[in-house]
Parts: sequence; structure tokens; C-alpha cells
Amino acid sequence: MTEKTFMAGFGGQGVISLGQLWVYCGMKESKEVTFFPFYGAEKRGGIARASVIVSDSEIASPLVTTPDSAIVMNIDSLKLCEDCLKKGGTLLINSSLVKQETTRKDARVIKVPCNEIAEQLGDVRFANMVMMGALSKATGAVKLDKLEAVLKSFFPESKHKFIPKNLEAIEAGMKVVK
Amino acid sequence: MAEEKRLMKGNEAIAEAAIRAGCTAYFGYPITPQNELTAYMAKHMLDHKRTFIQAESEVSAINMVYGAAATGARSMTSSSSPGVSLKQEGISYACGADVPCVVVNVARSGPGLGGISPSQGDYFQSTRGGGHGDYYHLVLAPKSVQEAADLTFEAFDLADEWRMPAMILADGLIGQMMEGVSFPPMRDLKTLPKKAWAAGRQQETHRPNNHITSLNLMPAELEQQNLARFKRYDVMKAKLQRSEEVNTDQAELILVAYGTSARIALGALQMAKAEGLEVGLFRPITLWPFPEQKLSELAAKGKRFLVVEMSMGQMIEDVRLVVNGRCEVKFYGRCGGMIPTEEEVLAEIKRLLGK
Repeated sequence: MTEKTFMAGFGGQGVISLGQLWVYCGMKESKEVTFFPFYGAEKRGGIARASVIVSDSEIASPLVTTPDSAIVMNIDSLKLCEDCLKKGGTLLINSSLVKQETTRKDARVIKVPCNEIAEQLGDVRFANMVMMGALSKATGAVKLDKLEAVLKSFFPESKHKFIPKNLEAIEAGMKVVK
Repeated sequence: MAEEKRLMKGNEAIAEAAIRAGCTAYFGYPITPQNELTAYMAKHMLDHKRTFIQAESEVSAINMVYGAAATGARSMTSSSSPGVSLKQEGISYACGADVPCVVVNVARSGPGLGGISPSQGDYFQSTRGGGHGDYYHLVLAPKSVQEAADLTFEAFDLADEWRMPAMILADGLIGQMMEGVSFPPMRDLKTLPKKAWAAGRQQETHRPNNHITSLNLMPAELEQQNLARFKRYDVMKAKLQRSEEVNTDQAELILVAYGTSARIALGALQMAKAEGLEVGLFRPITLWPFPEQKLSELAAKGKRFLVVEMSMGQMIEDVRLVVNGRCEVKFYGRCGGMIPTEEEVLAEIKRLLGK
């Protein structure tokens, strides 16, 4: 199994954290992982992208050029993802912000209202975790069953009170995928 | 038992490996894309009661390294291409005075200030003695975060053993990407090799002064020094060449690539295999000494070579020197911070194989 994922969104939406947590969990599930971010010099508001691979065997190129799955967190990222997604690949779209239909008729399209679900949980900043739950359910590449332990080492202790809500967000994201 | 794997950026992994190898003095100056390395050292060197100084320039940093290393400290600096150019004078002095140290280049695109994206345009500078004078130094090229850590850890021992700077030649991708990495245990500083040649500590030892300099105004003596150093280079060439081979027995066409481009070449090799094409990979790990023995054996078997680099073609000159006209050597490269894709390399493979 090798799952190559391309993730894109607006700076501040948590795309980089999403990618890092995805591979961190993958590593804890004994997968080979690699994460390569691209972002501009902007302090906030630029475009944030990540190339992420989890695999059962040694990973060759760390760059994702034709992803098996792609995450579209905002409207600007839609075309980027449409242009590179593998034929028949999985396109996960944050439908709270992306109202436009995709032109990729071959893709398996999964619409996840990340912002709405996150707001119902109390904070729009859980949107990336909602999407990570959906990605896990849709691809099966990372189960996320070690997420709680990962979050404990990823965040400083002062932030540990938010972990239950993050786990709820993951659950909610998983439920969106049929 | 081995420690648990950690998820780290290449830059951070190099820094942690250096601390564990017993680096007692680090001197740096910020430059993208290696900043996490300096930042990690700033955060952790003092925890271990070691020296961290952010110098006022790259030139100061390398001269601080030279000074600290001359007193026997395990000394290190890191930078990226334009900064490493500035350090060349100091590296030449360290080579001329036989002072061991570790220099990390997380290379970016050039020439000049260039850009901040990954590149392999510093191969010539790294492997040909980038400063003035007749010299070489060790150059190690990691392909992953794990290997970046392993080679950095080893570089300190190699530098001490051969009394010369050891360079880690990475690039912005190796520095910035995150992968799982596990580290060797922390070296006990008491177990590090003793350096009877080092300056200082007269009060403790009452031995004669050790005078460390690259200056010698007597041509006949300086020639003898250089000849002795080149004899050492010959021993190193015999002992230290290191490379990795994938499928080189089966294949007629062999990709030659190091560092990041070797990862991409491996991806292209796997794609070719899926289409029924046998392709090999030869990956130099030591860029100096260049792994000429193994490559020469392949050339003797009449293989064809495709050199893949993130430059306009630099390592290809070493490949051609080894092959020496015995077989075909072709090139595919991207530059300016562009990274070749597996698909592009595969297309070039197919073109060369007439498929």
C-alpha cells in the first residue's frame, strides 16, 4: 500500500498541521512516511500546500506529482488539485467554502462540510481535523487509532484540554464518508 | 533497545545527530532553507552545556569553527549555498591546517543569491575544494532524513580520523521534509578521540606549544606538506568510497544520482519496472571520495548511464572521468530550484531505450 496525498488550502486553515499529524499517526502505525510542505513567505493568508506519503515499503520520491487523493480546503486550491489528481483518484472537498462543482468527472468526490461541522463542535479551527477523519475513512491508509497519544506529544500540555474535541472532530469527519 | 522513531525535519535531525555525536561548539548565521538547524542548535546546545554562537556573518562563523576546532572541540557550522560560498576561505584554511570540523550545506538554487528552492548546483564547489589552493575534503550526500542524521553523526568521527573538514551536502528538500528518524545514543564526551595535536591546555599538560596554521613561507616545506596530505587522500580513496546500487545486475541502463535526485530516480525506476523495463540505480553516498571503483566495474560490463541531477550537469563530469569513454553517458537535469519529477525521468528512460 502506498497512499500519496496532496493537501492545499489557505494559510491558517491547518493544512500543514493536518499533513504533519497524518504522517505522525502513519509512523505510529508502523508505516514509512514523508511530508514535504510548500508555503510562501507570507506571515498569514498565503497558500499552504503539502505533499504527504504513507507506505508499507520504502518511499522513493518524496514529491507527490500525481496524488491518489487530494484535499481541497478552499476555492483557490480546487484547480491545483484537479490538475494533478490521479485518474480515478479521491477528491476530498471542504464544501463549506467550495461551492463550485469539480470538472473531474472521473474522480471519487467526497464533500465534507468541514467548517460547519467544526463550528458545531465549538470552533472553526477543528476544520482540518474533520477533514483528516474523512481522509482516513476514505483511503484507509492511516487508521488514526493512535491519534490521542500523537496529539499529546504534538501539542504542549497547556493545549491538552482541546484533545477530546479534536477526537470528536475526527469522528465527525469519518461519519461523512459513506 | 533502539529509541522510538521521531518525526522530524531533515534540518532538525542533522542538528540532533550533531549533538549526539558530541558536537561541543556550533557557530551559525541564518539563511533559508537551513534555519531550523541553527534554531534547533540555539534551543538545545545550551541544555547540554555546550557552545552556541550566532555569529555576525558566515565568515565569522567558519572562523569561529576553525578556532574552536584548533583547540580540539568538535566544531560545526551550517548554511545554505550563498552562505557556504562565503565560508570557502575558512574551509581552505582548515584543510591547509589539517583541522577537523563539520560543515553542512542545505543547498538552494543559484548562482548568486538565486532562490530558496532545492538544488544540486554546489557539487563542483563541494567536491573540487571550493576555496583556493590544492585540497579536497570529505563530502557526504544523504538521501533521506534518517541518512542525514546517520551521516552527520558519522561525519564527526571521519573528520577527526582524517583531520579535515567533512561536509554534509544536502538540499532544501532534505532539510525541509519530515520523515521518521531514530538516533544513536548520546556520545559520552569522555570517550571522544584525544587530540594530541590540538592547541591550548599547556597549563594541564606542560607539553610544547602546538602551532596550528596553514601558513608556510618555505616552498620546499609546503610542497612536502601538500604531498603528505595527498598521500592521505589516496588512502581515503581506497577506504572510504561508498555507494548504493539497485537492480544494477539486471539492467542495461543505469541511472546515476545522489541525494534528492536519487529518490526521484528510484521512483522512475519503479515506474519503469511496472511497465516491464529493467533500469538500475547507482547512488554515490560519498561524493568525495567519489565511488569510482564500483562505477568503473559497471562501466566495464558495458552498461549505459543516465545521470540525473538538479543542476545543469556537474556530477556527470565525475561519471565521465570514471567511464572514460567505455560506454554511453547521458544527462537529464532541472535547475533553478525546479525538481525533476519521476514522470519526466521515466520519459527520458523510455526515450533512451527507444520504447
